[in-house]
Amino acid sequence: MNPQRVYDVVVVGAGHGGVHLATSLVKSGYAGSVALLGAELAAPYERPPLSKGYLLGAETFDDIAFRPATYWATSPVELLLGRRVTRVLPERRCVVTADGEPIGYRRLVWAAGGRARELPVPGQHLAGVHSVRTLADANAVRAELSTARAAVVIGGGYIGLETAAAFRKLGVAVTVVEQQPRLLARVTSPVVSAHFLRLHRAAGVDVRLGAGVTELRGTGGRVRSVALTTGEELPADLVIVGVGLVPNIEPLAAAGLACGNGVEVDERCRTTAPDISAIGDCASHPNRFAAGARIRLECVQNATEHARIAAADILGTPQQHGAVPWFWSNQYDVKFKTAGLLTGYDRDVVRGDPDSGAFTVGYLRDGRLVALDCVNTAADFSQGRLLVERGVAVDPHLLADPTHPLRTLPPIPDRRSARGAAP
Amino acid sequence: MSTITFIDLRGVERKVDGVDGQSVMQLAVNNDIPGIDAECGGEMNCGTCHVYVDPAWADRLPERSHDEADMIDVVDGPRPTSRLSCQLVFRDDLDGLRVTVPQ
Repeated sequence: MNPQRVYDVVVVGAGHGGVHLATSLVKSGYAGSVALLGAELAAPYERPPLSKGYLLGAETFDDIAFRPATYWATSPVELLLGRRVTRVLPERRCVVTADGEPIGYRRLVWAAGGRARELPVPGQHLAGVHSVRTLADANAVRAELSTARAAVVIGGGYIGLETAAAFRKLGVAVTVVEQQPRLLARVTSPVVSAHFLRLHRAAGVDVRLGAGVTELRGTGGRVRSVALTTGEELPADLVIVGVGLVPNIEPLAAAGLACGNGVEVDERCRTTAPDISAIGDCASHPNRFAAGARIRLECVQNATEHARIAAADILGTPQQHGAVPWFWSNQYDVKFKTAGLLTGYDRDVVRGDPDSGAFTVGYLRDGRLVALDCVNTAADFSQGRLLVERGVAVDPHLLADPTHPLRTLPPIPDRRSARGAAP
Repeated sequence: MSTITFIDLRGVERKVDGVDGQSVMQLAVNNDIPGIDAECGGEMNCGTCHVYVDPAWADRLPERSHDEADMIDVVDGPRPTSRLSCQLVFRDDLDGLRVTVPQ
């Protein structure tokens, strides 16, 4: 199997990470050849709007495309669409696409992201049951929205809640079913979960907590109801499954690369195989904001951060220090922004009144600010992100007082080691 | 055809075609202007599309919103002429606009 085509850099995956990496190389004047392989047929696009503005119809494909079509026609990056990589052959230095073509590389960057986790219950493949991960998913949901009478969203995470919010804005009746006792249980604190619960219920969403799904029932191949562990059966002609992401790493695992929850990479985003890097949602990486623990992050910030790291590695330019992870979610009129990682905080401090619709929660570990959740408090996010980045110790009483802008909080002299703190 | 000029910190200029209705950030991204990462795609979350607007043009642009001003407070090297380029919609009457990209 000798590849007809060989590139200096092959990027597998045309999402945020892959596109950012390929275009970073171009911007840096990289002289080698670069191929960008996308599994989907659509030109590279941003995924976050799929469950927000694009689902609502407020944004078009042109709005969410990373670049206009004319860009790729003239870019030195060779964009190869509809090319899903099914095998990686490190000893031959090539990847093989689903149609059997080997494509050779000198450096391989795996940016293949993940796919929506399936719900392993009977009826999961009925018509009317969708994920919201790809453009095709979002288009399929949009096509059914005009006739949908009762939607059920399975999973009270970001995707599920953003989708539910979009449905309500469009006037579609929607029930959210969440197995955990609270919404957003994996990503935020109880006080923020409670706020989002109130928000969605006030918008008319029927939220069922602590309820699992046992079966999707259909008629004539099309979903008609969702059966719950509580014994209840919810009528549904449109079902959204938002129960997480499975990293696309099977070809790497089959090639013998170290994989756990994601493909394992080091601080430079290098895998255990020579000349293969991995970035973004699929990369299990040591993260300094998790005290160096190996984690996998599913967010734009992490994808672009990894892209910067891998690009610097390819170009041989100095690495920058890791930026603080951040994430955003838009639901109704709420702009929710979060900075840092909530893992392992020992104290949460509520800043402002949640009933006012605008408040922040700061999370402390050993007195240091490790994360912030900002609900309609853009200033707290922009100012507080820097405090999180520096791991500053702050006075919880000042933190709790919204009349003190976060940037004016005096750092507390730290009794502990200064490791991880600002220089 | 209207144009916009991006200038890097060394003073090197790149003139590109303006597109009426597109943000200055989008124009930078579409033309591979270094230093405009545009991570969040225009949500005012990241500050990675920060530019300095040529003082001669600053008055011809709409004022900063609160959210934009908050983000500019925390970008590297803020100046009175700092803007988030995602918030600047290019129009043909801005033909000749000049912005500097801090890196």
